[in-house]
Amino acid sequence: MALFKDDQIENVVQKILEELKNKSVSTEINPQTNNRQTMEFSDITEYSLFEKTFIKNPIDQEYLSRLKSLTPARIALGRTGPRYLTVPWLRFKADHASAMDAVFSDVSKDFLDQMGLFTIKTVVRDKDEYLTRPDLGKILSEEAKEEIRKHCTLKPQVQIIIVDGLSTKAIEANIPDFLPALLEGLKAHDLEVGVPFFIKFGRVPVMDDVNEVIQADVLVELVGERPGLGTATSMSAYLCWRPKKGTVESDRTVVSNIHESGMPPVEAGAHVASLVKKIYDKKGSGINVNI
Amino acid sequence: MAWSTRLFGKNYTFFTIKEILAKAGEEKSGDVLAGIAAGSNEERIAAKRILAELTLKDLRENPVLPYEEDEVTRVIDDGLCKGVYKSICSMTVAEFREWLLCHNTTCEDIRRVSVGLNGEMVSAVSKLMSNMDLVYAASKIRVVTKNRTEIGLPGTLSYRIQPNHPSDSVEGIMASVMEGLTYGSGDAVIGINPNEDTVENTVKLLNASYDFIMEWAIPTQNCVLSHVTTQMKAVEDGGKACMFFQSIAGSKSCNKVFGVSSAILDEAFDMIKREGYAAGPNLMYFETGQGSELSLDAHHGADMQTLEARTYGFGRRYMPFMVNNVSGFIGPETLYDGKQITRSSLEDHFMGKLIGLPMGMAPCYTNHVKVDQNDQETAIMLLAMAGANYYMGVPGSDDCMLSYQDTSYHDDATLRELLGLRPAPEFEKWLETMGIMKDGKLTPIAGDPSLFSTITPRGRR
Repeated sequence: MALFKDDQIENVVQKILEELKNKSVSTEINPQTNNRQTMEFSDITEYSLFEKTFIKNPIDQEYLSRLKSLTPARIALGRTGPRYLTVPWLRFKADHASAMDAVFSDVSKDFLDQMGLFTIKTVVRDKDEYLTRPDLGKILSEEAKEEIRKHCTLKPQVQIIIVDGLSTKAIEANIPDFLPALLEGLKAHDLEVGVPFFIKFGRVPVMDDVNEVIQADVLVELVGERPGLGTATSMSAYLCWRPKKGTVESDRTVVSNIHESGMPPVEAGAHVASLVKKIYDKKGSGINVNI
Repeated sequence: MAWSTRLFGKNYTFFTIKEILAKAGEEKSGDVLAGIAAGSNEERIAAKRILAELTLKDLRENPVLPYEEDEVTRVIDDGLCKGVYKSICSMTVAEFREWLLCHNTTCEDIRRVSVGLNGEMVSAVSKLMSNMDLVYAASKIRVVTKNRTEIGLPGTLSYRIQPNHPSDSVEGIMASVMEGLTYGSGDAVIGINPNEDTVENTVKLLNASYDFIMEWAIPTQNCVLSHVTTQMKAVEDGGKACMFFQSIAGSKSCNKVFGVSSAILDEAFDMIKREGYAAGPNLMYFETGQGSELSLDAHHGADMQTLEARTYGFGRRYMPFMVNNVSGFIGPETLYDGKQITRSSLEDHFMGKLIGLPMGMAPCYTNHVKVDQNDQETAIMLLAMAGANYYMGVPGSDDCMLSYQDTSYHDDATLRELLGLRPAPEFEKWLETMGIMKDGKLTPIAGDPSLFSTITPRGRR
């Protein structure tokens, strides 16, 4: 049923396209789709949570913008009835999706190959078991221990392990910058480093089991933190002097919040190298050692 | 002693009441992790079958942690009203369930019985109840409390503004407070979780929130959720607090990890009565939730739900103004998915109300569990039907300091509209003077915190 003549349809399409363009929406021809027009929309994850306000015709825009600049909390959201406006709602969903994907995906094999890391696993069978059995993420399988013996130098001064933890994205985002900076720093401190490797389905205390085999003086574990909505790529470094079965959490020194908008990975790598040196010199780590 | 029954001709035998309680519970990942859950669906029903025939006396005489060894057991049992207990102790758990659900049983009837109940009894009866049973029975029970202002009145639903900031910026916190107030949130408390648990920081946040309440003449109360011993030192150093907050648990060993005991809480309660900025009589604020004992390795083989019920029995000693249940805060090793979080929240709300506590609910989630906003919204709609006293108000559901998701200002306003509920009466009057609410409905300017720039405060500094 033709409600409009063709040129009317054309006019409506043009008008909407113009309007969308004015709202910073661009259109371009995508050659992949047989010259069909592709409408491209802006990336809703790019607006700053410190800047964007959504209230239409606020009583005092200047005051509102100032309030928004004071906190990353999701305020100045506006409403329709008592519910969210659509864009901030979708931004929330996008941030949650990113966090979920960071937890429920795997570090890619290509990435590990590029970084030259071999992979071993804990006794955990799959992601589901990993999440519900934190106890198993601390234990290496016998095959894993055999792999370590096969590929690694035993009794190094420093051993680095990279563990997926609760964010695989944190590993992929930070290790390419962090690891070279850490290795460079350790070299400058004249510390001899063993062969780094990757552990799948690991929790922080897995380093104790690793060191029963490797017997390094200082163990450096890089692990993905549980993602928040603010960032899904935050990584922590846990450092420990001769960890072993029975090591308690307070014996580990922690550097957390390593990511591009927290402690950037290059700086963090250099910082961790200097902490390793201090731990090595003091022969101890954790809250009871003044580092 | 052993208890035995047959199901489809197959025999099931249990050797302790602790085992029966654990195996009779609905499936939860935490009880599976502890190795105490039923091994099959049929075994779970066999345990429920036996639990139904136990008396309330059996449950008092067989606490999951012995009286001699566990302080929580002692606090609850010593505080039990023995006369009321004698009048109900011969009831079986099945009879007790049916009595609670019966048309003739009123709020007053249930509140009279409350003082004779311990955690094990309350846990047991809720293990025989479906989700709708839990909502229906809880909807009968009103628990009204008063700090500076009164919450929990029939027909009302209140909110805590939770205006956390990653670096405890007072201005940033106040920006979130203003946004919350314009949605009608904040009548339960303005409660700030500090990032830095120090005396100095606690004093700073207490006084900023208290002064704001006074300046704008808001009928509400403040709280800073540091460790209770930090808050006590803060009050000594001039911090203005309306109540003291603390996380508590259902075993002595878990409370020890939390850094509390009944002696410390007695001292805190005594101090806030003398030094606090509210008349009360309800001056304490507790946080609880299934799974803390398990995650801190302090469960002693008891199930999460029974330990949670014991937590309420322990908390009752301090007549709290509000109790805040945060099922879902720990992670999938305790509650696996949206179904388990919803179930736990309904159990906890009912159990707390039955024991006589003013339950506020926060069915929340972290990002490493298969739960999303839809699960949370479903849970809070059910809990609102059940009559929860209050919820959290977190800007856009995203706590940018604690990194988890909780109920939002928008959810708060929506729940009131859905069920025709109002803010606490004094607070509603304040909303009207600010132009935020009229006749129980949000006005067009509601939700715009910049209205604070154009109104002159009516209070005093």
